[in-house]
Amino acid sequence: MPRPSGAALARGVATGYLSLIVLIPLAAVAARSTEDGMDAFWTAVTGEQAVAALKLTLIASLIVVAINAVTGTIIAWVLVRDSFRGQRIVNSIIDLPFALPTIVAGLTLLALYGPRGPVGVDVAYTQTAILLALLFVTLPFVVRAVQPVLMELDRDMEEAAASLGASNFTTFRRIILPNLTPAILSGVALGFARSVGEFGSLVLITGNLPFKTEVASVFIFSQIESDRTTTAAAVSVVLLLISFVVLLGISLLSRWGAKHEE
Amino acid sequence: MKSRLALRTIGLGYLFLLLAAPVGLVFYRTFEHGFGPAWEAVTTPEAQHAFWLTILMVVVAVPINTLFGVVCAITLVRHRFRGKALMNAVIDFPFAVSPVVIGLALILVYGQDGWFGGWLTDQGIQIIFSIPGMILATIFVSLPFVVREVVPVLQEIGTEQEQAASTLGASWHQTFLRVTLPSIRWGLSYGIVLATARALGEFGAVSIVSGKVQGQTETMTLFVEQRFHQFDLTGAYAASVVLALMALVTLLGMNLISPRKEEA
Repeated sequence: MPRPSGAALARGVATGYLSLIVLIPLAAVAARSTEDGMDAFWTAVTGEQAVAALKLTLIASLIVVAINAVTGTIIAWVLVRDSFRGQRIVNSIIDLPFALPTIVAGLTLLALYGPRGPVGVDVAYTQTAILLALLFVTLPFVVRAVQPVLMELDRDMEEAAASLGASNFTTFRRIILPNLTPAILSGVALGFARSVGEFGSLVLITGNLPFKTEVASVFIFSQIESDRTTTAAAVSVVLLLISFVVLLGISLLSRWGAKHEE
Repeated sequence: MKSRLALRTIGLGYLFLLLAAPVGLVFYRTFEHGFGPAWEAVTTPEAQHAFWLTILMVVVAVPINTLFGVVCAITLVRHRFRGKALMNAVIDFPFAVSPVVIGLALILVYGQDGWFGGWLTDQGIQIIFSIPGMILATIFVSLPFVVREVVPVLQEIGTEQEQAASTLGASWHQTFLRVTLPSIRWGLSYGIVLATARALGEFGAVSIVSGKVQGQTETMTLFVEQRFHQFDLTGAYAASVVLALMALVTLLGMNLISPRKEEA
């Protein structure tokens, strides 16, 4: 028997690993969702509570990434073009939402903006709480996508525009923004994918009220807890499809971005 | 100048309200009545068990992901084969899939009624609602980090040195240890730090497959939730502070490694 080459062995190991951990389990979700036929699948995903949860998830995620696009770009600009004391610390704090466990994120927001908070603002169990939690966990995406592009950006054009009498705003809109757009969009897409599936930061602060603050992931969770795995699987498939479309969008975007640079 | 100050105020104000103030407040609330109550809350047998279980998740999941992550990265960068684009996409799935869906997926495969469940039960192996399932969930969520950090470095360094080494008679593992590994070490370290942070903090996927047995399948993040639901805010805050401190150590690690990564 010929010995398999090292390359073939490595490929086999990698494929086997990814299959066992990722592919087979996700395939099982897809299989379970249609196990009782397409009709059952359709009934599950068009159920009143499921639709409400999916709608809330999508709308909240869209609002959050829209806010991220603006604040993320501002923060990136402040970190790259501005200079002030403590800037490096601020820069390293940006990644905190990636490092902080989501359940802790939810708890910290609840401490400040919850019923016993010191500022007298109480958003607990409201839809505002969903936005707040999602803004927290998605904060780094746009900042970290825009920052390197802004650093590389040639300032000659901006100076030329300014010397020709363009206002700050015009320079930003006509010169800087077009260069940043691919980066902003890729940060937005990553943030959107994250928002759509977010769970941990939401469980404590939203109260998981059906039709009011129940997002898709929380709905799936409650279905699993009450042993309705087929419904859980069906709504999961919808979430998976949304995520894959977004991932595809990101890879198309990065190609577009690469072309844009040429 | 004015607009610069305005932007700085908006940017920093936003960060303060969303990040610094809430996290700061939890630290304040934890130590409000001194160090004692907080220390007591995180040294109960249950809290200690949760802490060590979290550490166990990390020390099993991260090395496995490191090993397979490097194999996946090398396969992706150095070999051409059919289905490469697919493999590339599959590696990113854990970033895009909701933790809740990950938990469900593992139950459907490894649970009692799952695809492999019957066979596993016959062998006397229980995965779901016990520690192996929680480890699987942790591996799933922290899988992409090492691959994603190592792939660009491998692409950057090219194959010249590796080829030179093997021309000079080095075996593949000599080439790997002496040539490849030293050049990917900072990217690899960065990936390991990110994977560790994710493994420490995972909540949703682990929560679903754990069965939440107090003092048995309860990690630190599950402990925080459980304390909160028991109206023990001191315990929830104190455990959160422990997790937040681990997160800060991670951030520090990222900041130390990141410049070296850029240099290499």
